[in-house]
Amino acid sequence: MSGHPPGGTAQRRDEVVLDSSAGVVKARQLVRTLAQEARLSLVDQTKLVTAASELARNTLVYGGGGRMQAETLTVNGRSGVRLAFTDTGPGIPDVELALTDGWTSGGGMGLGLSGARRLVDEFELETEVGKGTQVTIVKWVR
Amino acid sequence: MTHDGGAQRLVDLLTAQSDEFISQWVRSVGESLRGRISLTELGQELNELYAAILSGLQHGGLASRGEAFAEVRSLLMELSRNRARQGFTPTETAISVFALKDVLERSLSGGGEEDVRAYLQFARLLDDLGLFTVESYARTREEIISSQADQLLELSTPVVKLWDGVVAVPLVGTLDSARTQVVMERLLQALIDYDSTQAIIDITGVPAVDTQVAQHLLKTVVAARMMGAECVISGIRPQIAQTIVALGIEFGDIPTKGTLADALRHALSAIERDRKLAEEYGGGLL
Repeated sequence: MSGHPPGGTAQRRDEVVLDSSAGVVKARQLVRTLAQEARLSLVDQTKLVTAASELARNTLVYGGGGRMQAETLTVNGRSGVRLAFTDTGPGIPDVELALTDGWTSGGGMGLGLSGARRLVDEFELETEVGKGTQVTIVKWVR
Repeated sequence: MTHDGGAQRLVDLLTAQSDEFISQWVRSVGESLRGRISLTELGQELNELYAAILSGLQHGGLASRGEAFAEVRSLLMELSRNRARQGFTPTETAISVFALKDVLERSLSGGGEEDVRAYLQFARLLDDLGLFTVESYARTREEIISSQADQLLELSTPVVKLWDGVVAVPLVGTLDSARTQVVMERLLQALIDYDSTQAIIDITGVPAVDTQVAQHLLKTVVAARMMGAECVISGIRPQIAQTIVALGIEFGDIPTKGTLADALRHALSAIERDRKLAEEYGGGLL
């Protein structure tokens, strides 16, 4: 995971293991708590929780399980929530295709990854075939 | 042979001072549970357990997982089951066993080498029984949790008849595949049972609608349509609406409403429309 930007401080960190659908529920609950602590608006809370739900399920279903690291942070007086989803699964061979609306390698709607990107302010995807995938997202307080 | 000797020494010790040991044991366990269980009940439990341990030692030596300790194990299983149901912590449950060590330890001060060895063997036996207690405690908790999850699944998906020809499912909580399956089955059955042509799925109580939830909802609506029923999804709050749009989910031609009241109005007017159509065009045939 990338280091903190200069002047940035993490206030609270937590982690959820994503090894079953119960983990996805736990991740959603943790993200909601952090989003409330960071004072995100109700709409932004819902957007972040939904994005987390999508990415956590991707980690579980396509990555074969992994973990979510979550933290509230303040950078230059701006606060927000950062989430990192990491798995050691098969990786994504074609990132552009995976981010295309409606494309799915499983039985889903094909909107999870691309939709999650639209729901947050920052979206970063690192993947290597055979090694795994890490998706990091940030939602800032407006 | 040393084991048998140790066991014999223990039997002698435990028999000689049994009343004293039991009362100390009950007091010590009672203190740790701080009156949340009556001393009479506790006394009865521990008396039985004491007798069973003694008989186990007499017949089977120190093999806690052997045949001779079957009764001890079944008593402990019952004890941990009760404690788990009554909401005691694992520590408070296991202390019922471990406290017997302290009782015996106190009586051994000044004892000979043989007594110490016997005590150590007894301690090992109780450790094992303690572990067994915690194991059964955990198993019971798991049983409770999984039965609660099942109950929740049943409870949280009622299908109600809202009006003549209109059924509604108020969904509360997380929608996973298992629950959606239950919802779909119930809804389709209710359409038949109540002779309904309109179904309302209210998601006011669903905290977040992600693609999986949406996909489940869409499947349910499609299945209801195959049975000739129309579905309305209601309870779409502003934050959910914005999230659904940003995600890119399209509900297509499925009518969605903000509140259950709006959905009911929609359903009733659809029924009225169908009735008029039937009168105008189908009157001759019917």
